[in-house]
Amino acid sequence: MIEFDHITKRYDDTEVVSDVSLTVEPHTVTVVVGTSGSGKTTLLRMVNRLVEPTSGMIRIDGEDNRSVPEFELRRRIGYAIQGHGLFPHRTVAENIATVPTLLGWENARIKAKVEQLLTLFQLDPDFFGARYPHELSGGQQQRVGVARALAAEPNLLLMDEPFGALDPIIRAKAQDDLLAIQKHFGTTIILVTHDMEEAFRLADKIAVMDKGEVLQYATPAEMLVRPATPFVEALIGSSERPFRLLAIETAGDAVEPGGAEGEPIPATLSQRDALSELLWSGRAALPVAAADGAVIGKVSLAGLVKRAARPE
Amino acid sequence: MASLSNLARLSVLLLLLVFLLQPIWFEPLLRPLVQANAPAIYNRGSLFWLTILHLRTVFIATVAATVVAVSLAILVTRKAGAEFLPVSRSLVNIGQTFPPVAVLALAVPIFGFGEKPTLIALFLYGLLPIFENALTGLTTLPPAVMEAARGAGMTERQQLFKIELPLALPVILTGIRLSVVISLATATIGSTVAAKTLGEVIIAGLQSNNLAFVLQGGLIVAVLAVLIHDALQGLERALSSRAHV
Repeated sequence: MIEFDHITKRYDDTEVVSDVSLTVEPHTVTVVVGTSGSGKTTLLRMVNRLVEPTSGMIRIDGEDNRSVPEFELRRRIGYAIQGHGLFPHRTVAENIATVPTLLGWENARIKAKVEQLLTLFQLDPDFFGARYPHELSGGQQQRVGVARALAAEPNLLLMDEPFGALDPIIRAKAQDDLLAIQKHFGTTIILVTHDMEEAFRLADKIAVMDKGEVLQYATPAEMLVRPATPFVEALIGSSERPFRLLAIETAGDAVEPGGAEGEPIPATLSQRDALSELLWSGRAALPVAAADGAVIGKVSLAGLVKRAARPE
Repeated sequence: MASLSNLARLSVLLLLLVFLLQPIWFEPLLRPLVQANAPAIYNRGSLFWLTILHLRTVFIATVAATVVAVSLAILVTRKAGAEFLPVSRSLVNIGQTFPPVAVLALAVPIFGFGEKPTLIALFLYGLLPIFENALTGLTTLPPAVMEAARGAGMTERQQLFKIELPLALPVILTGIRLSVVISLATATIGSTVAAKTLGEVIIAGLQSNNLAFVLQGGLIVAVLAVLIHDALQGLERALSSRAHV
């Protein structure tokens, strides 16, 4: 659990972060969204003390983050940044081993961890371990950057626009990978982005920041239904609202009894994608199949339209 | 292509060694340059030993200049030393604006004749290129890389030795290379204050109007400079091909 307790950061006369208080639940993904200059990156960097707050306190699992030396704190917290920041003079394996080496792990343990992470990120350890960062594609470099952040098995992972430099297709893949890995390790993730699409895709809770203040801190569904300010509403984009709402839940949640003609869609598909399938196939309903292939019911155009409407 | 240029390097090196150890073999080549009775090959000492002493002087001066210049660059790029940046820059610049002859003239009354004033002149002369390059190397590191190093929990010392210096090394080496080449040439002037360098051969040639002496002294220095320049450049390339994105 991460608690921001009345955090303020001032540079001379400008207040970059103003009196922010919020609590991040363990094992969840919290996305901080805002325009550039909103103070979101500064807020993130105060967690691992790359920036010191002017006033207020940040507690990690109840403990003040100033109670241990900076470098010790940072070794316990994963940190992944835009443009990955891989060390160009070190191999991929050495890059990933950075924090375990600093912590003085045994070589065998480091080697096993590097192999595990590379495999997890679909990079063949025998091929990629000995490469240098410049020999990798952008997507691969970004994966190594996240692998490096996770190498010492941190409970908390901070990510500053980690996918900002990736093209849309690789970005979507990287986001899926991140969610899978978050489930695998149960890591608490705080991620900063300016991309609302990314926030809705990844977040358990979203914090919207503007001019140093947190305007709203809520679940994606709550934020869609009840945006706290016109700024939040504008950021979500009013024309996107029904689709964002559908994107949160899966087709399995919208199953109605009965059958339908056509190719069954998987229950794990988002309702937004299910709607898209319905519209494209020109049908009013499609059967829904569970993971084992058994048809468990149908989704209908009418049902989804009802779900996309503003809830009261 | 690479093997061809390596062959050329090797032949030049071998030719130089043969000339230094058996200069008499080249006597017929140099003979036309001198008057009837004058010697065509330097005869007041071994060319080989003069070369060794010449290189030793340059080596000592460059090592000392490297240690001081790199330490200074590290110091002024730390948070604590940032305010000394302008001062150290001008100090090192002053070292460069002094002509080496002037340094020799000033150093002789203090340190006497011999190697010491030469070493001091070369040391002062070598500082600036190394300092400037080390400064450039240490201040132009990719920000994302430094952010990642801090974020990973490296201490200041670990950041310096594991990240900053290795990444700045190719640029620092360029400075050392410039400094070495300048020193190789400047060291010859040291012989005007009785330092044992290849300048002795050139000066002897000028005094006795012996063109062959001047030529062989000058050529040895030139070939040394080219070979060392080339070797250091190769080292830089090997280092930076790995370190650059």
